[in-house]
Amino acid sequence: MAALWTLSLLFSTCLGCLGLTPPAELPQPHNQPPSLDFNSSDGGLSVDLPMALRVFSVDYHHVQAPFEIVLWIMLASLAKLGFHWSGRVPAVVPESCLLIMVGLLVGGVIYGVRHSAPPTLSADAFFLFLLPPIVLDAGYFLPGRLFFENLGTILWYAVLGTLWNVLGIGLSLYGVCVLAQSSLGDVSLLHCLLFGSLIAAVDPVAVLSVFQEMHVNEQLHILVFGESLLNDAVTVVLYKLFESFLRLPSVSGLDVLLGGCRVVVVGLGGLFVGLFFGLVAALTSRFTSRAQVIAPLFVFLYSYLSYLTSEMLHLSGIMAIVTCAVTMKQYVEANVSERSNTSIQYFLKMWSSVSETLIFIFLGVSTIQDVHMWSWPFVCSTLLLCLVWRATGVLLLTAVVNKLRRNAVTFRDQFIIAYGGLRGAICFSLVFLIDDFPKKRLFITTTIVVILFTVFVQGMTIKPLVELLDVKRKKRALPTVSEEIHSRLIDHLLAGIEDVVGYWGQHYWKDKFEQFNKKYLRRFLIREDHQARSSILRVYQELERREQRGEEEAPPIVDPRSHSRPLLPEEMDSIRRILSRNLQNFNNKQMPAYSRHTLHQDTTTGKTRRPLHRHQSLGERYTCNTITHWSQEDREFDGSHRVRAGLSRSHTVCSISPRPILQDSSIPAASAQTGPADPKSSAAREDRISPQHQIPVGRAPKKHLSFVLENEK
Amino acid sequence: MGSSSSSIDNIPNAQEIMQETGFSAAHLLRLYERFQFLDRDQTGKLRPEDFGALRELAMNPIGDRIIGAFFSPGQETVDFPSFVRILAHFRPTDSNRTREGPQQEPANSRTRKLKFAFQLYDQDRDGKISRAELLQVLRAMLGLQVTEEQLQSIAERAIQEADLDKDDAISFDEFRKSLEKVNIEHKMSIRFLR
Repeated sequence: MAALWTLSLLFSTCLGCLGLTPPAELPQPHNQPPSLDFNSSDGGLSVDLPMALRVFSVDYHHVQAPFEIVLWIMLASLAKLGFHWSGRVPAVVPESCLLIMVGLLVGGVIYGVRHSAPPTLSADAFFLFLLPPIVLDAGYFLPGRLFFENLGTILWYAVLGTLWNVLGIGLSLYGVCVLAQSSLGDVSLLHCLLFGSLIAAVDPVAVLSVFQEMHVNEQLHILVFGESLLNDAVTVVLYKLFESFLRLPSVSGLDVLLGGCRVVVVGLGGLFVGLFFGLVAALTSRFTSRAQVIAPLFVFLYSYLSYLTSEMLHLSGIMAIVTCAVTMKQYVEANVSERSNTSIQYFLKMWSSVSETLIFIFLGVSTIQDVHMWSWPFVCSTLLLCLVWRATGVLLLTAVVNKLRRNAVTFRDQFIIAYGGLRGAICFSLVFLIDDFPKKRLFITTTIVVILFTVFVQGMTIKPLVELLDVKRKKRALPTVSEEIHSRLIDHLLAGIEDVVGYWGQHYWKDKFEQFNKKYLRRFLIREDHQARSSILRVYQELERREQRGEEEAPPIVDPRSHSRPLLPEEMDSIRRILSRNLQNFNNKQMPAYSRHTLHQDTTTGKTRRPLHRHQSLGERYTCNTITHWSQEDREFDGSHRVRAGLSRSHTVCSISPRPILQDSSIPAASAQTGPADPKSSAAREDRISPQHQIPVGRAPKKHLSFVLENEK
Repeated sequence: MGSSSSSIDNIPNAQEIMQETGFSAAHLLRLYERFQFLDRDQTGKLRPEDFGALRELAMNPIGDRIIGAFFSPGQETVDFPSFVRILAHFRPTDSNRTREGPQQEPANSRTRKLKFAFQLYDQDRDGKISRAELLQVLRAMLGLQVTEEQLQSIAERAIQEADLDKDDAISFDEFRKSLEKVNIEHKMSIRFLR
């Protein structure tokens, strides 16, 4: 634990030393657009033998840019690692705080070594490279149903709440500037409004990172999180609006009206761009069966493309990428193989994690700057006003929206929404993009202070406060199959009753969408053989998938497509094991995948190691399961397993691990129960599935696991 | 909707129905107009065919069960008070309603809502959802999308999860228990019927 910290310190000093420039060139002056990399042009050091071949030379300049980028990412990752190893610290201090502190440290070191400001986070690098992965990850794992059920409330908070905050903070700050005429007299109203627009917005990165640590109930989580995502449209528009107003000689009412229209255009435009790319991505994924390895790539490419396109058109990039992710998710998951799905999810988590870490570290580094302009009234009043306006905004809006909602947002929830409005790197980047004017330094300093305050103070205290207020904790269970079935029934029931009553309600639209989805979208966007799915089935499979991941030894399902011939027996084997495991203990170990740090929730790190360890040893002898009931059939498969082990590494992702011996008593019971259904089912199955599935009739008890097979095809 | 200008007085026993079900006068009037609309041959009673004329309802996977729920066992027609009583189940639950009316539980309580849903499964009214009944509903909802084994395993799993006394059927209490985390009051309410 301490070793990792010293290691990261070592790295930071390494970076500091690298920052040493030879006296040949001075570091760049600071008011040029800051860039991500060091601007040191280091000459190559070499051991010079006069006019002889250089035996040993160091050419740092050649690899400088990628080298430094990698070092930064390495630092970020080691810091994150150290954080997770440091015992009880994560419980008290959120990760974002620690990362900022590491950033501060590194920045201090670099400053001390170079005697000039360290590199700061360039707005371009942030908006183009660091922000998209985080938002994509958030969008992909967005709980869809919950989000759409609360969409009205979320929009209410996002649009109106942000407007309220912006105008409130902007106008009040102007009042403060007027009052403190002596020091702040030259800050105009438009400047204040501009500042208000960038400081009022709640930041999804910061919110996610803090809310991840505490487990609040789902509804609250989706409200805060959804708001932080959707307010991007409003923020972007207002910011650009005020900026262009600043450049205009005068502002008329028409301009304000046009600004209002722009909000709608930006938001909806982003939405449509996202929809378009999402559908195209879904369509593309339909054809990836022959080149599965690159299937995940399409997900990332299309999402990123949607982001870039909407940024190009000055629309809301965040909305575009979130819409793209939400749209393509169900089709992509149906189309690509299980392993590709896992890859997608893992890469998303990884990239967003790295991005987030980098952002916070750079926030820390960028705080160490040459010139800070400080003004007590401005900074303190900004802090105060941010809190006050957010609190009043939330209270007022909730009072109105509670009349229309079924589940009222309680006072405790409101407190969390108000207090959990953290600001983050988006404000920081936006403030750098302001055109230069005398008080820009002041704005930058204030923004940094606000961000640090919200992340540290609010981030650290929110958890104790939540416990104090006893917020309804999120219940950690997935919907069971029963719940899903009954919920579905109730949905149908309500749709029917609404028809009887003649009322178009929420269920009506949901049903209509589902019908449209089934009739047109799914048929078009999903591969023929994968189309037979309904949500109950999906939940069932998802539960199986999650349980199998969440178990102590968590092997991913072996993908049969990687083999030239249909290797059904082994697959049946693993599926059988999964299902029998399910029949044993289905109630425990159910957890949502919506976790920032891990894809599947491994309660101890030791559990993750075993599948990975097994990954190394593809050639290892297949250790079969220990279900004695089926063990004799297993031995038949050993031979074919070893054959498979020899196949190329690029296709197989191994790891089938042994399992503890389960109680055998229930297994015969399970198979006995499904026995009667099988003779009929075998005939039915042969008709429905493509000829690739040639299951010998003797394997009757395992046939009911065939739907997972279809998933694999 | 109703062509004649009906007022609350045209509805027989309006006050009693309002008291029993908790509907307001405006809603009752609206439901009466809807009832008259559905009742195409103006007999004052609805028959299953009247319900079947609703196209969306006909396409609903469990449409026939919903229609069946309106009719008491053995009855061929449903009159307006019964119609309203069934629909009262779908009123939003009001937590602070003063109970002036009948002493029994109001129609839109959580238990009554769940009972209504339970009876959609339990067509033979034996108080339990047997495996066969569950399979019927699953088959209706999932249709041709799944194979027989998949249906069997899903039904198996559902019964396993819910069945606490291991009698291979889901009783009402087990049903209620398996749905304890679901916000039934929200899910089974039509907001405008408040």
